[in-house]
Amino acid sequence: MNQTAPVLEVKKLSKQIGKRKIVEDITFEVQKGEIFGFLGPNGAGKTTTIRMLVGLIRPTEGMIQIGGYPLQDQFIEAISQVGCIVENPELYPYLTGRENLEHFARMMTGVTDEWIHEIIRLVELEERIDELVKTYSLGMRQRLGIAQALLGSPKILILDEPTNGLDPAGIRELRAFIRKLVHEQGISVFISSHILHEIQLMCDRVAIINKGKIVYTGPVRELVHEEETRIEWRLDPLQSGVQVLKELSFVRPVEQTEEHLYVYMPLDRIAEVNEQLTAKQIKVTGIRPVQATLEDLFLQLTGGETKS
Amino acid sequence: MIGLVYNEMLKMVRKKRLWVILGILVILIPIFTYAQAQTLERAAKQIGTSDWKVVLKQQIIDQQNRLTSSRLPEEWKAFIKLNIQQQEYYLKNNIDPTAPGAPTFMRKFVEESVSLFLPLLVVIIAADLVSSELSSGTIKLLLTRPVRRWKVLLSKYISLLFATSFIVLSTAILSYLLSGVVFGYGGWDLPVLSGFQEKNGALLTEFVHLMPQWKYLLMAYGLSWLACITVATVSFMVSVLVRSTASGMGIMLAAIISGNLLMQLSPTWGAIKYFAFTQLRLTDYLSGRPILIEGMTLPLSIGVLGAWSVVALITAFVSFSRRDVLA
Ligand SMILES: Nc1ncnc2c1ncn2[C@@H]1O[C@H](COP(=O)(O)OP(=O)(O)OP(=O)(O)O)[C@@H](O)[C@H]1O
Ligand SMILES: [Mg+2]
Repeated sequence: MNQTAPVLEVKKLSKQIGKRKIVEDITFEVQKGEIFGFLGPNGAGKTTTIRMLVGLIRPTEGMIQIGGYPLQDQFIEAISQVGCIVENPELYPYLTGRENLEHFARMMTGVTDEWIHEIIRLVELEERIDELVKTYSLGMRQRLGIAQALLGSPKILILDEPTNGLDPAGIRELRAFIRKLVHEQGISVFISSHILHEIQLMCDRVAIINKGKIVYTGPVRELVHEEETRIEWRLDPLQSGVQVLKELSFVRPVEQTEEHLYVYMPLDRIAEVNEQLTAKQIKVTGIRPVQATLEDLFLQLTGGETKS
Repeated sequence: MIGLVYNEMLKMVRKKRLWVILGILVILIPIFTYAQAQTLERAAKQIGTSDWKVVLKQQIIDQQNRLTSSRLPEEWKAFIKLNIQQQEYYLKNNIDPTAPGAPTFMRKFVEESVSLFLPLLVVIIAADLVSSELSSGTIKLLLTRPVRRWKVLLSKYISLLFATSFIVLSTAILSYLLSGVVFGYGGWDLPVLSGFQEKNGALLTEFVHLMPQWKYLLMAYGLSWLACITVATVSFMVSVLVRSTASGMGIMLAAIISGNLLMQLSPTWGAIKYFAFTQLRLTDYLSGRPILIEGMTLPLSIGVLGAWSVVALITAFVSFSRRDVLA
C-alpha cells in the first residue's frame, strides 16, 4: 500500500432517500495522522455521510476508499481499518463493560487480551469495567464507545459528535485523549460536530457541510480570518457610535442589537478605534472579542448573505 | 463463526429471556399436573369401583366377545386385537391405565401445547433477536465489524435453533420431573396405540400398531420440535422486518392464535391448510386424533411448514444483507 495515499478518500458521494437528496456530491480526503473535522449545522447530513463511510447505508452514487480498499467491493478489508461511533455509543446495557469489549473482539481477528487490557487502561475505565454498562454514566459510556472503536487497532477513527452530552471537563479530556491517540498511535481521526469552536480546537483540516453539500474544505487555520476578529462593542449612545465605526475602512459591521454592535476588525486596532470614539464624546462601556460561531462562518463564506 | 454464535448465546442468556421461559414452565406444569390428577380422580369415582383390575378384565372380555362376531370387518378385528393386547399388558405388568406415570403426562402435555403454548414460548425468544439490536442501536456496532452481514444473521439463527431446542427439551424434562411427584416416574415401556390414518373422513386402522411409550414420546417431541422451529423461523423473519420488538411479538401472537382459531372455526375452507400456523398440531398424526383439515397428511403438513421456513429464511437474509441501517 502506498504510504502517502490518503487513509480515507471520498469521491462524489451522494445519498438519496425517497425523493430527497440528503447528501450531494461530497468529496474529501483524510491523510494519515490527521484530525479531520466535519462541520455542519443540525440536519446537514453529517450522520448520513458517516453511515455511508462505515457501510451501514449504501451510497446512491460515489466512491469510498479506506486504506486503499474500496468499501463497496472489499468491505471486510476496508472496514478492518475503521473504528467508529455513529451517533451515540449504544452498547449492551445488560453486559459488563469488559463483556461488551470481548463481544466485539470476537468479531475480529487478532485482538489479544493484553490489547483489551491496554485499551481499558487507555480510556481509564479500569475500576468500573466489570460492572454492568447500564450503571455507567454518559461519559463512561462515551469512553467505552471509544474503547470498542479502538479494539481493531484502526487506521482511522470515525466519531460522530463525540462530545454530545459531555460536560466541559469531559470535552477537554476527550480532546486531550484524541490528541494523544493521534500522537502515540499515528491514527487519523474523522470527527463531526456542529460547534465551530470545538473543531477549531481539535482539528487540522475541516470540511463544512450545509444542506448536504460541502461548502468549504481546507485547513482550520484559514477558516476564520485571524486578522479579523469578531468584536462586541457596547457604546453610549449606540447610534452615533455605529456611525463612527462604519466610517472606518478596516471595520466590517455584522450585527446590531439594542445595546451592542458586532463587527469584524483586526484585534490590534482596538485601542485606536477606542480613542476615536472617546474623542467624539461616545462612551465605550464594553469591548469584547467574541468566539466566532458556525453562523458567522456561514456569513463569512457566503459573503454576508444569510443562510437559507 | 463459533465466536459469533457464542456472542449471540451470551446475549440471549444475559437478557434473561431463557430464565423467564423456564420460570413459566416451572409455574405452569404443576398447575396442569394438578388439573390432570383431579380429572383422573373424578373419572375413577364415576366408574364406581376402585379396583381397576376388575374394570380392565371386564373390558377385555367385552372386546373378545365382539371379536367372535362374524360381521365385523377384518381391519376392525385387528384393531380390537391390538386394544386387547394393550390392556393385557396393563394387567400383566400391574399398570393402572387410569393412573398414568410421568411419561404419560409428558405425552398429553406436548400434544396439548404444540399448537399454542410452545409456540408462544418460542416467540418470546425469537421476536426480539434482531429487532432489539435495531431498536437499541447496537446494530451499528455489530455491522461495522469485519464480518459479512449474512454471517451475523446466520449466527443469530443458529443460536435461535439452539434456544428452540432448549425450550422443547426443558418442556420435556420439566414436565417429567414435576409431574412425576404426583404420578410417579414409571411408565416408559407402556404400550401406546399409534399409526392411525384418515381417508375420506373415515379413520383407517389398518396401520395401527402398539409402540412403547418412550418411542412415541421421542417422535412426539421430535414433531413438536419441527413445529417450533417453523414458528422460530417465521418469528425470526418478522424480527428482521419489524423494528419494534413489541409489534413483532404482537404480529406473531396474532398469527399463531388465528392459526389455532381458523383450524377450529373453518376446517373445511381448503385454503387454510397453506397457512403455517394451522399445521402446528403434528402430534395429532401420531395420536390418531381426527385431523380437522381435510386431505392433510403428515408429509403434507411438514411440507407446508418447511416451505414457510424456507421462504421466511430467504426473506430475512435478503432483507438483512441489503437494507440501509438507519437505526
Ligand atoms: N431515514 C430518513 N429518511 C428521510 N430523511 C432522513 C432520514 N434520515 C435522515 N434524514 C434527513 O436527512 C437530513 C440529514 O440528517 P443527518 O442525521 O445526516 O443530519 P446531521 O448532520 O447528522 O444532523 P445532527 O447535527 O442533528 O446530528 C435531515 O434533514 C434528516 O431529516
Ligand atoms: Mg447527526
